[in-house]
Amino acid sequence: MIPVLHPDGLDALAAAPMAWTLLVGGTLIFMVMMVLLVLAVRGPARPVRPLWWLAGGGLVFPSLVLLALHGANLQHIERLSSVPPPGTPLLAVTARSWWWELRLEDALGPLTFANELVLPVGQPVHLALASDGVIHSLWVPALAGKLDLVPGRIQHLLLQSDKAGEWRGPCAEFCGQGHTQMVLTVVALPAADYAAWLANQRLPARAPATELQQLGLQHFVQQRCSACHTVRGVALAVLPAMVGDGQEGEQGGPDLTHLASRRSIAAGTLRNDASNLRAWLIDPQQFKAGARMPAYGHLDPAAMDALVAYLSSLQ
Amino acid sequence: MSNALPNDLPRPPRELEQLKAAWEPPKGWRLLKSVNNTHIGLFYIGTALLFFVGAGVLALLMRAQLAMPGNTLLSAATYNQFFTMHGTVMMFLFAVPVVEAVAVYMLPQMLGARDLPFPRLSAYAFWAYAIGGLGFFVTIFFGVAPDGGWFMYPPLTSKPHSPGLGADFWLLGIGFIEISAIAGAIELIVGILMTRAPGMTLARMPVFAWAMLVVSLMVIFAFPAVIAGTALLELERAFDWPFFIADRGGDPLLWQHLFWFFGHPEVYIIFLPAAGMVSMLVPVLARTTLVGRGPVVAALVAVGALSLALWVHHMFTAGISRFAVVLASAASLAVALPSAVQMFAWIATIWRGKLRRGTTSLFVLGFFALFVIGGLTGVMVAVLPFNRQVHDTYFIVAHLHYVLIGGMVFPLFAALYHWTPLVGGHRLSERAGRWVFWLMFVGFNSAFFPMHISGLMGMPRRVHSYPDLPGWALMNGLSTFGALLLAGGVALCFFDLVRTLSKSKQKPGDPWGAATLEWLPTESYGQRSLPQVSSSDPLWDQPGLADEVQAGAHWLPGNPTGGREALVSSVRKAVPDYLLVLPGDGWLPLAAAAGTAGFFLLLTVGWLLSAWACGIGAVVALWAWLWQLDRPLHLNVAPIGRDTSVPVGGNRHSRWAIVLLLLVDASIFLSLLYAHLHVAMALSVCPPPGATVPGGRSVMLAVGGWVAASVAVEIAAWRLRRGVRWQLHLALLACLVFVAIGFGADFSGHLNAQLQPRANAWSATVATLLAYEAFHLLLLVLIGAFVLARSASGWLTPRHQAPLATLRAMLHASVVQALVATVVVRGLPVWL
Repeated sequence: MIPVLHPDGLDALAAAPMAWTLLVGGTLIFMVMMVLLVLAVRGPARPVRPLWWLAGGGLVFPSLVLLALHGANLQHIERLSSVPPPGTPLLAVTARSWWWELRLEDALGPLTFANELVLPVGQPVHLALASDGVIHSLWVPALAGKLDLVPGRIQHLLLQSDKAGEWRGPCAEFCGQGHTQMVLTVVALPAADYAAWLANQRLPARAPATELQQLGLQHFVQQRCSACHTVRGVALAVLPAMVGDGQEGEQGGPDLTHLASRRSIAAGTLRNDASNLRAWLIDPQQFKAGARMPAYGHLDPAAMDALVAYLSSLQ
Repeated sequence: MSNALPNDLPRPPRELEQLKAAWEPPKGWRLLKSVNNTHIGLFYIGTALLFFVGAGVLALLMRAQLAMPGNTLLSAATYNQFFTMHGTVMMFLFAVPVVEAVAVYMLPQMLGARDLPFPRLSAYAFWAYAIGGLGFFVTIFFGVAPDGGWFMYPPLTSKPHSPGLGADFWLLGIGFIEISAIAGAIELIVGILMTRAPGMTLARMPVFAWAMLVVSLMVIFAFPAVIAGTALLELERAFDWPFFIADRGGDPLLWQHLFWFFGHPEVYIIFLPAAGMVSMLVPVLARTTLVGRGPVVAALVAVGALSLALWVHHMFTAGISRFAVVLASAASLAVALPSAVQMFAWIATIWRGKLRRGTTSLFVLGFFALFVIGGLTGVMVAVLPFNRQVHDTYFIVAHLHYVLIGGMVFPLFAALYHWTPLVGGHRLSERAGRWVFWLMFVGFNSAFFPMHISGLMGMPRRVHSYPDLPGWALMNGLSTFGALLLAGGVALCFFDLVRTLSKSKQKPGDPWGAATLEWLPTESYGQRSLPQVSSSDPLWDQPGLADEVQAGAHWLPGNPTGGREALVSSVRKAVPDYLLVLPGDGWLPLAAAAGTAGFFLLLTVGWLLSAWACGIGAVVALWAWLWQLDRPLHLNVAPIGRDTSVPVGGNRHSRWAIVLLLLVDASIFLSLLYAHLHVAMALSVCPPPGATVPGGRSVMLAVGGWVAASVAVEIAAWRLRRGVRWQLHLALLACLVFVAIGFGADFSGHLNAQLQPRANAWSATVATLLAYEAFHLLLLVLIGAFVLARSASGWLTPRHQAPLATLRAMLHASVVQALVATVVVRGLPVWL
């Protein structure tokens, strides 16, 4: 229900008891203060001992509370700066405007995904966070506190989920027009499912199985979708500089090799199904203002059917 | 006591008439040329409240958009402009100006002064703010308002990501409005320290004055950082100097450091005056003196000092050094202590007395409840693991509104109900007041308490829409509903305020039985005679004071010079020192302000010719204004009491103002120097490949020029004392030539070293330091020309040498800055 208080993973699990302590403790202190206030207002005029009030209430009591909290801070700093255990898989996360690019680096070589971070249950993943344009922030409340993705820097975060499930990871640092629709979906799979998923991701794109899909592939190429989108085995994204406004590092779109395996399109904007995909292709701005994706409303319906059929087949 | 009153009664018959005549306010639309703190203060408060309403309407529109999931009332682009303007206007055009405005209006009366020491400076500060602020605000109606958030983080606000004019409006508009806030702060510091009524020692000074003193000093140190920051970002946008571009050695976090070095003290700059007001209101409401007055004042000072150390807590998630995190989180926790001390002092005061019921006390009690919540959540977000969860979520939106609305707007409304009788003699309606309070209190909590929960549920800030997740629609719906109630309360209050102020004027008397001097009878000249104060609660401890003051039995019951006057007293003990002749009303401050505002606004839209015309107009108006200062007077000594006379005219107040101005200047310089250090320390090779530092010869020549200029200006001062005028002129000219040589050598040295500000951030920061030096050269030439003209007209004498003193101070400061910059820029490569 409230992910910060009912977490499912490493970093957030460490934060939750502190969150509970603060919220409950804060409520108690508030109630004591209000009782004092009510007594002060209701009661008759009485002499006061300034030392008790000011030194006791104003200095000694809060100092004790604050010292304890500072101890917790120092502990947290230690934990954050600890080095990930050897052998932790490394996932490079690059925030773009406005979507997430992920690159898994392991023994079998690099592998690129977009907008959906899949990890095995109970195993930590080492995220290396970077941005290619403006500042963003990665936040999966149920799993970890947030860290900013700042151009020119790389930050490190250990992400781990202790149970299978799916979580929202909204961008938490205002990053412009598409800020609202920049949601990373985090999925934790049991080890076996994860292995199967990863094996599938390693494969190149499926070849078209039907004529309609075949036609869709032709349109995909004709419409130069591959200028921005890689579909491994079919088309590698061409020169990124050919599209957009030519800003540094702001080009290229998500890798579509296994588009249909993802739960959402446009970084958490729409559920991934054929009708949403179609609506998105016709007018992306309607769903995500500012998106760099051009509109394809000019395609005739038959061509659009084919394109959608092809994209939906990219399991 | 009465036999020892400073003046005999009855007063001479013509005395009051002459005093009245000198302070007679202009009539009708000419009131706009008034420089009297009473008028400027009211204009100032009114304008600030106007911006409060404007930014509040934007908030309502945002809440309407967020009333339900997936709403499409506002597009993302519009929403982004709205929340940027809401934050910017509330912080820069409402919260800081309104506390300065209340101080301008009320402090002189509270301190027993006739006016502030630099009335035209407050008029200038107000008009610059009003014209610049309105020009900035109207951009929202044309869809060209800034949309990068009130914090304006680059790279989002750099040219490639924000190509429109919006960001420039923000940078030039806000940078410029900060100048007005600084002018106000200088005015208030000098006013508080030097124009208090005789006998009002620092220990007896009202707590609100203490709060404003601390706040004004914070403005002096903190605002320059954002001025420097906005200058850098604007330079990057306009000329592609890459301070914040990581690819060219810049750092986006440099902006965050500069911004939050200002931005966090800003929060306390807003809160401390409110705390000061509460410390004034609670004793009156409880009818007993403030418990722990000394500790409360110490707490104000402690908050001011600590607030300069905790800016980094806005950057915990941005990846900063461990040391900075430890320091900032400790400071963020520690800053809770002085607030706790104040809170307990207030409750203890109520405990000791008996609280009078009414709207004012409702708002004060409401403030206690809301501020305790805001303070507690503030402690929570200083705890790192919790911070990393709730940072940039609606939890923070809730926290900051509890602190700012609960901590500042509620006390402000309490103050409104308490002090409105000072304006026209009428109280606000108590019956409507209860409605106002309960609408605002219930509305506020219904609007902002659920935001704690939506934040913990995972709702980030600054989103224009949200999905229909369990509970989100309910929380947001409640927030929107509460916002409407809150707005209803504010509207009702303002309606009552307009109604009350349009009643015919009457004498306020002392409706609450308050303790401080602002409740003495006043006219346009302030109090008839300036009270001799012997207590921190003079109206309680000095019975009969009001009548004595009104009869003219206290200090300075007339105006011996025939003009407007202020009594300058010593800083600690408030012993009368000299009589300061104040300027009368006039159009110059308004003209100078309009010129300055026009310069910045027109520069933003790129109308360079008109912009420069405005700029030159402003300089001319300023020159004409300064030309009237520090003139020889016909009277040397004036009586202020039966056996007491003080000299007419003195320089102590202007010397303090210059020193404060130089502190601002030094703070801007240090911010720019910090930018240089920040990017230089990140380099692996310093200077970076392709850049070099100037050769030794040009440095020697530059240093020689500057030192010679410093010597020359001292010779000029010495020759003035000796009265050898042609040597004085020669020395002044030599001084200006030496400054030019110093700068010329420095400039050509960097030119020969192939300085290319666009190439990398290191070079850009070096060029910025050089540009700041050039700015000083320009200032010195202007001041030097002024001094020469002054001397030529014969008004520069050993007794009236303020212009020369200004030149000396400015020159030495500029030389020190140039030397420091040279040592750092040339020294770092050797040291690193």
